[in-house]
Amino acid sequence: MKTTYHANEKGYYGDFGGAFIPEMLYPNVEELRQNYLKITATADFKQEFDQLLKDYVGRPTPLYFAERLSKKYNTKIYLKREDLCHTGAHKINNTIGQILLAKRLGKNRIIAETGAGQHGVATATVCALMGIKCIVYMGELDIKRQAPNVARMKMLGAEVRPAQSGSKTLKDATNEAIRDWINNPVDTHYIIGSVVGPHPYPDMVARFQAVISEECKTQLQEAEGRDYPDHVIACVGGGSNAAGIYYHYLDDPRVNVIAVEAAGKGIDSGESAATSALGKEGIIHGSKTLLMQTADGQITEPYSISAGLDYPGVGPMHAHLYRSERAEFVSIPDQEAMDWGLSLSQMEGIIPAIETAHAFAILDERSFAPDDILLFNCSGRGDKDLETYIDYFKL
Amino acid sequence: MNRINETLNKEQKLLSIYFTAGFPQLEDTVTILKQLEASGVDMIELGLPFSDPLADGPTIQESSTQALKNGMTTDKLFDQLKDIRQYIKVPLIVMGYFNPMMQYGVERFCQRCQEVGIDGLIIPDLPVEVYHEKYQELFQQYGLLNMFLITPQTPDERIRFIDKVSEGFIYIVSSAATTGAQSSFGNTQEAYFKRIEAMNLNAKLLVGFGISNAETYQAATAHSKGAIIGSAFIKNLEAKGVNSVQDFIRTIR
Repeated sequence: MKTTYHANEKGYYGDFGGAFIPEMLYPNVEELRQNYLKITATADFKQEFDQLLKDYVGRPTPLYFAERLSKKYNTKIYLKREDLCHTGAHKINNTIGQILLAKRLGKNRIIAETGAGQHGVATATVCALMGIKCIVYMGELDIKRQAPNVARMKMLGAEVRPAQSGSKTLKDATNEAIRDWINNPVDTHYIIGSVVGPHPYPDMVARFQAVISEECKTQLQEAEGRDYPDHVIACVGGGSNAAGIYYHYLDDPRVNVIAVEAAGKGIDSGESAATSALGKEGIIHGSKTLLMQTADGQITEPYSISAGLDYPGVGPMHAHLYRSERAEFVSIPDQEAMDWGLSLSQMEGIIPAIETAHAFAILDERSFAPDDILLFNCSGRGDKDLETYIDYFKL
Repeated sequence: MNRINETLNKEQKLLSIYFTAGFPQLEDTVTILKQLEASGVDMIELGLPFSDPLADGPTIQESSTQALKNGMTTDKLFDQLKDIRQYIKVPLIVMGYFNPMMQYGVERFCQRCQEVGIDGLIIPDLPVEVYHEKYQELFQQYGLLNMFLITPQTPDERIRFIDKVSEGFIYIVSSAATTGAQSSFGNTQEAYFKRIEAMNLNAKLLVGFGISNAETYQAATAHSKGAIIGSAFIKNLEAKGVNSVQDFIRTIR
């Protein structure tokens, strides 16, 4: 049998994944599991999904050859411009897919979790588009830190509910969303924002994001006469943008896969989000994966200057890519990521999200051959991070 | 015979109490256990605190957060329970999430449970299929029963499977809710309790979630073997302290 790095029918990636959920969630998750492949395979779903990605999101996003950057590093650097998607990042590919699925499952109420607010905005956006009620759970601390995104969600008609439990951040917002789903099992669909959570979420979200690498294949073929890069590179928090750009290359041994995590203030500083390096196998939000925790199994609070990378776990796909050594994992500290935010702005005229900026720091970490084709996921734009950039660089 | 099954075989309706170990004070665990035994409850569920208790409502979550702040750990709990069987005769069940058990080592965890005299476990996020495939033999080896939950949405076929795997009681979750979310029962719940009762399952049924007073205890036990009180007990502990345990139990039955 051919080796595959995708989920098996039970939602396992090697040892990771599955659905470790309380019985109260079983009916909800089971309904989704039984239907997600069936519904997304229908012609009607595909047509509506493709149409919205094209007309509303602005797909296909460009594949851009970064000439100055390529010259400087003496290699061929391509950027997949997910930052040009409506709402400013790849996140909306998934929320479009899930809202269409929710509609077909007859759901009339949407809940979501959000950390920095990007997924919350992407969810509020598609709910507005479809006229469906939307409730976004967000850690109380994050609400204070991310005021513009809270305002965006409110403008879009969503209700933002503060998660006041635990550490009052993303993981607690996720807990609150799961509790809401337990309390509202019939009319509600939970739009998870990354390739995390119980099966079928990691596989489902990866499939919705797979449009990224599907387009890359066509675009690389046109640009380079071959449809694959030598290296595919993305930042990983929960891992959805990475899952999307890796998707069609995972089982292709010609492609080297590189995952860049946030080292925060340094791997050994106690303030980091480098889950592969610091995490141990365990269960978070219904998935068996690598996660940052105490020796006693209590989940700890990660740190990164980019709010989108500070999730204490990582998607089970990525845990498996790490464990199986299919992917090369690197972690980049705040400072390097911030410097790359500036470099990409000034060398290519693209202000990236701080999450995205982490990925580019690989160029300083290791060397590539002049003929190598590097495919970066330029996953989000930096507008949302302007305040952090202003504070950091005293702009 | 396991103490849980001995108790389930008794004639009377059963009252089981849940509390979070290490709450309100770290060293209250044994005091509360003794008070509960003296108050005549039939079973006790000890909560092993977890940072991210998905299935629990605010009361139990906050008590867990406090217990962790107080310094509760898995080792600390086993240490507190070291001589517990000198004082406590009723069945003891540890209720906790799977991640802390995984980190402790599932087998080592089971072994320690057996050593201190724990009779069973309730692990909300360990699905019945995974338990059946991977852990049931191990639990049996250490004389531990594992209890499963069912909810108003659990399909009949799945209830039958859970019943087949169950060796102790089945935990009937009173409504689609996290713990502590209800204050009284309505017709929907009664219909649900009756439906489950009519399935004639092998396992005895205990109703939990939303039981807070004599009225809800009566309603829950009308169609089941017993009932479990958690959040209401913890609220009482918080408000009135560990010496109020016996008074609280007297208000229930």
